[in-house]
Amino acid sequence: MSALQDDFASIVQMVSIICLIVLSVSIILLIIRVLKGPTNADRAVALDAIGVNIMAFAALLAIILVTPNFNDIVLLIGILLFIGTVAIAIYLEKGDLIDTDDN
Amino acid sequence: MIQTIIEIILDVLVILLLLGGAFIVFTASVGVLRFPDIYTRLHAASKGSTLGVAGILIGAFIFHYMEYGIVSGRLILGVLFIMLTAPVASHLISRAAHLRGAKPYGTLKDQYQEAIDAEKRKQDKNAK
Repeated sequence: MSALQDDFASIVQMVSIICLIVLSVSIILLIIRVLKGPTNADRAVALDAIGVNIMAFAALLAIILVTPNFNDIVLLIGILLFIGTVAIAIYLEKGDLIDTDDN
Repeated sequence: MIQTIIEIILDVLVILLLLGGAFIVFTASVGVLRFPDIYTRLHAASKGSTLGVAGILIGAFIFHYMEYGIVSGRLILGVLFIMLTAPVASHLISRAAHLRGAKPYGTLKDQYQEAIDAEKRKQDKNAK
């Protein structure tokens, strides 16, 4: 029974390595969209999706390296990603980020 | 005995959540690459990658609970944060793209533009 449990623990490690490979391929596809993207809004969408993939990357690395210390990084990447996406969207909409008019 | 059975069941749950999440994230990025215009790409990116990353983070949460017995609140906070912020970010991007003149693919009707025009006509009538 204990041997079966060890088998499942090693299967979890293998599955997380397979998931890392799948996420790498998906990041490559999104980078193609960032390079091609007809407008800047397409590039913003693809960069947002790349950030979400990197969050999943950090969680999978925490499983592979068997450490709980990557969990802060997942939340930090999420917050920075939201701020970056909002900044890009406001720049696309208004043309400048900080309103310097005095009226 | 019962302890090992519970751990094996949790292992199977972790495997299913990780594989499902990776598959959904992959299909979302294929959608971003293949869809024809900005609105359909946003549809794929925001919904698909939110669900996929939620699956992977919950899988990692169960793994940490099983391995160390810690309840990692940061992973749950990450899932909640993604679910709160992804709709806001995609709404902002789609409004900016519409303002820059992106047309919806495959249809001539643009209801958001019609609503903006109607609002503008109403304001002009009030100004007169």
